[in-house]
Formats: sequence, structure tokens, C-alpha cells
Amino acid sequence: MSLQPETLKSLVRAAAEQVIASAPELTALDQAIGDGDHGTNMKRGFEAVLGKLDTIGAQPPDEALKTIGKTLVMTVGGASGPLYGSFFLAAGDALANSRQLPDDLAEVFACGVGAVSARGRSQPGEKTMLDVLFPVLETLKTEAGNPDLIKRVRATASEAAARTAPMQATKGRASFLGARSVGHVDPGARSSCVLLQAVCNTLEARQ
Amino acid sequence: MNDLVGEAMNDMVGIVIVSHSKDIAKGTADMVRQMVGSEVRVAFCGGNPDGGLGTNVPLIIEAINKAWSPKGVAILVDLGGAETNSEMAVEMLQPERRDLVVVCNAPIVEGAVMAATEAAGGSSLEQVRAVAEELSAA
Repeated sequence: MSLQPETLKSLVRAAAEQVIASAPELTALDQAIGDGDHGTNMKRGFEAVLGKLDTIGAQPPDEALKTIGKTLVMTVGGASGPLYGSFFLAAGDALANSRQLPDDLAEVFACGVGAVSARGRSQPGEKTMLDVLFPVLETLKTEAGNPDLIKRVRATASEAAARTAPMQATKGRASFLGARSVGHVDPGARSSCVLLQAVCNTLEARQ
Repeated sequence: MNDLVGEAMNDMVGIVIVSHSKDIAKGTADMVRQMVGSEVRVAFCGGNPDGGLGTNVPLIIEAINKAWSPKGVAILVDLGGAETNSEMAVEMLQPERRDLVVVCNAPIVEGAVMAATEAAGGSSLEQVRAVAEELSAA
């Protein structure tokens, strides 16, 4: 079984719309510990993705993911562009190298997460989007085959994003704030959570 | 903006300045030109795709190509996103150019002036980068 273009299209649409709707929240989080542009940057990037939805829907999954990645890289206008862009470019590469969705989901996701980590030269525990992506990867690995996988992923994403609040940032803009970054959810962790939840909700509704 | 084409430029590393603010990028380039002269190729960019504060991969790629020299190009950046976006831009260049572009870990204004000064003397890309990065070593 492989990922159908129309499934991918509906996932992309849902994820993009949810991020766009969350832009004010993401910006508010980023104003607390960053430079306040995460919401508008993500909105700009995902609006561009929505604008290419027909192209994306007509492409094989590997090329579709690369189109998403490249679009984000070229339009976001902040560090989150290359970070999210690298995720989708690497995941697309994994599919091009004979990995399949949904069967190799954990492996494909791992390639994406690895690319984000390399691009940001960052590891989990530094109050970044990786603090959501790594726990979700872990859930994808350990709960593979579980009929409740979607629920588990959604719960993991949401708990992991919340767990960034007490962390002190050591990477990214928030690291300039040192201890003052403590007490706020990381905007990148939150946007990763929003994207993953939109995907989970859409998959669940299709079941 | 990059009207500094001349015979000499092919012998000198080009300089690219990437700031979140176009005004800072332009001001830095102005300082380089005044302090170092116009024989080194300098290109700059700043701002997100909507013209607000931020950085922008397509504009960085354009700036690199404008400042291009066979000896390479050194990029000076301000804050985190400028660095990440510059690294991404380098990876998206034609393969034969990628290895000839470096992002310097240096303060943007001082780094640009020092890098351009070193470049004007005909130094290699590695030397230009090293001189700029000495500013961050202390």
C-alpha cells in the first residue's frame, strides 16, 4: 500500500490551514521569547504551499514532499523556512529512495527529523521544534502497528510541546534570553505540534 | 548596486552581507565601500519576502551570484535566521559553486570590513574567512 495523492493533498491542506489559523498564537509565543515573526513567517510559507496544492496533489509523494520543502525554504523568510523545508526535502528524498508511506513512516520521519537536527545543529532538550519531533519519532517507532497510533502521536506531540515551557533555550533566538526563556512554550515546538495534530485529525476523520 | 565589475574582481573573494534589515545590510555595504574601496565585489540583501524584517533564500542566492568570483564568496550574517537561510542558499547553488561559498561566524559590520580588507589584498577564501572569524575568537 502506498500513500495516495488525494490523501496527501488533504493532509497538506489541513496542516497548512491549521498553521495559518494558528499564526496569531505562534506570533504571541515568539514575541515572548523570540523576534515575534514565527506566526507570520509560517503563515506566508504555508499560504504559498496552499497555492501549489494542485501541483502537489498531482505529483508522486516524493516529489510532492520536495515541492513543499522547497516552497517553505523559498517563502518563509526566517530560520523556520530552512528547518521545516529540510524536514520535507529529506523526507521526500527518503521516499525517492524506495521508502514507502505509510509502511516506512517512522523511517521517513526519522530522515526528516535528522535533517532538521543537522540544519539547526541542535539536539533535543534545547527548547526547539526537535523537542516535539524526537518524541513523536519515538512514538512512531515504539507504537508502530498499534491501532491507536494516531491518538498516541497526537498526545505525544501535545505533551512534548507543553514540556518545552520549563526548558531553558540554548539554541535559536530564545537562547539570548537565557533563563528568561523559561516559562514559555517554544514557538517552533508549538508549530510542529499544530502541524502534527492537523495531520492526525485528518487521518482519523478518514478512517 | 553591484556596479563594481572590473578586471580586478576576478582575483578577489566576493563579499555578501545578509541582514534581517535591508537598511543594515545596505549601511554595512556602504561602510565597506568607503573603508575598503570599490575593487572588491560586495552584494547585500535583507528583509523577508514581504519586505519586513527577516531574511530570504532567493535574495541571498541572487546576492551570492552578484558578488560571484572564481575565488569564492564570503557571507556575513547578523542573527540566527540569516545564518540558517544563508546555509540553505549555499546548498541550493549550482553544485560547482557550493564549495566556494562560506558563511563566516563573525559580527556583521566588523566582519564585512575585515573580510573585504583581506579580500582586497587578493587572499584566498580561507584567509578571508579566518580574518573575519578572528573577531569572534576573543
